[in-house]
Amino acid sequence: MQSKKTEILRMIRNNAKLTVKDIAVMLGSEEEEVNTLIKEMEDEQIICGYNTVINWDKTDDERVTALIEVKVQPQRGEGFDRIAERIYNYEEVTSLYLMSGGFDMTVFIEGKTMKEVAQFVARKLSPMDGVLSTSTHFVLKKYKEAGTKVEQRKKDERQVVTA
Amino acid sequence: MRNPLSDTVIKMKPSGIRKFFDVVSEMPDAISLGVGEPDFDTPWNIREEGIYSLERGRTFYTSNAGLMELRTEICNYTERRFGMTYDPKTETIVTVGGSEGIDMALRAMLNPGDEVIIPEPCYVSYVPCVELAGGVPVTISLKNENEFRLTAQELEDAITDKTKILCLSFPNNPTGAIMEKEDLEAIAEVVLRHDLIVISDEIYAELTYSGKHVSIASLPKMKERTIVINGFSKAFAMTGWRLGYALGPAMIIEQMTKIHQFAIMCAPTTSQYAAVVALRDCDKDVEQMRQSYDQRRRYLLNEFKEMDMPCFEPKGAFYMFPCIKKFGMSSEEFATKLLKSKKLAVVPGDAFGQCGEGFLRISYAYSLDELKEAIGRIKEFIKE
Repeated sequence: MQSKKTEILRMIRNNAKLTVKDIAVMLGSEEEEVNTLIKEMEDEQIICGYNTVINWDKTDDERVTALIEVKVQPQRGEGFDRIAERIYNYEEVTSLYLMSGGFDMTVFIEGKTMKEVAQFVARKLSPMDGVLSTSTHFVLKKYKEAGTKVEQRKKDERQVVTA
Repeated sequence: MRNPLSDTVIKMKPSGIRKFFDVVSEMPDAISLGVGEPDFDTPWNIREEGIYSLERGRTFYTSNAGLMELRTEICNYTERRFGMTYDPKTETIVTVGGSEGIDMALRAMLNPGDEVIIPEPCYVSYVPCVELAGGVPVTISLKNENEFRLTAQELEDAITDKTKILCLSFPNNPTGAIMEKEDLEAIAEVVLRHDLIVISDEIYAELTYSGKHVSIASLPKMKERTIVINGFSKAFAMTGWRLGYALGPAMIIEQMTKIHQFAIMCAPTTSQYAAVVALRDCDKDVEQMRQSYDQRRRYLLNEFKEMDMPCFEPKGAFYMFPCIKKFGMSSEEFATKLLKSKKLAVVPGDAFGQCGEGFLRISYAYSLDELKEAIGRIKEFIKE
């Protein structure tokens, strides 16, 4: 039997809009308890934030996303954490991961234009102390993000009344 | 021209579900809580395996009883999940859905005039299948106050010297009722004493919400007199693949295989290959779907409580069976008015037997958002 916290996480993972009341009812628990558990998880930074999955292509707002593979020189005593912090503090960086394999870090960047992204790489990222090389890949189309299929909304094709 | 039709078939009543479906289909913009199948897609790795088997050109018949590989996995799964041991060679047959299993089990065992006890409300196919097989259906009206479980006394009262078979279907469609081990033990005692055979339709076995499902076949001395019907439709969200299976004594399975061989040949090959993966790799998917159903079940129970609509707590399948007697309308009237005024389709309880009159079958094989929308409409309807 998994803990109530895990069950709550599973429920809100793909639907942060669930109300505390709904969560409580569906767990067979009390609103007060659910509130407390969520608050605890927020304090413990198990829940780090609530994001919205947005398909910017359908808005007037132009966005480009790029994935950048970065090789870095880890620093003595600091490992990768110091340089990671210097990278992720830029607002343009939407995600940052330390990787195993042929390069060290994956940086996701969001900008208004390709030029803006290119300039960020050329002016901010590449010249940074400890950054050895970068390789930039632009995202052409988003199919699925954070577990949500971006474009496909399924129609219920079942017969209306069945056995 | 002579009358081309069989008297037996003419006498068969059309399905109550079908009747209501015809009404609903005239209203294309209606939303529905009427389906009896999962809203989830078949897990992708199962679908992928089906596609792969087609790519590999596995488009031939399988053996009549089904792929040996699949029958072996069925037996492994049955042992792992329900603690029952069957021989894949002689005690297992792969069928076209659970429905075919029910039909064949009855046809393999009934002689003209044999009586079959069918507790109602229940799925719509038992009574007609008994009639088609030349048997005589004897229904028992299960009671709301017993949470629609079958009691030993009710069974005892229905038995005559012609009774041969008892059809059990728990977790139940349409009520969501289950039978716990103690309930089944009481039934088994009567079954043994009267030397009956049981057809136990356990298609919803994976969907229980208050502990693991218990099969009557797992009780002492019951395996040799029980045909267990199960399948992939509900647990693995595979309704359209049309795949099920029957487990039971070799002597009965052998005769069912004969019928299957002449009437069907074999279950769909693509589905059989896909189902091997379902049984091997999908425990996690099944558990996640079960949890989702359970959450929705609790949501609906709470909503019914808040709107003061009496409903016993269903502990299996994905149906609620609320009682609407206090509104002074028949099930059909209620459902028809709800459909016409609020464009919401639910199935009248009497579609599942006369004793379902006064109840509605509400399916929760829908997303929470859809359930909320539907519940909103029911609330408005009741207010008016």
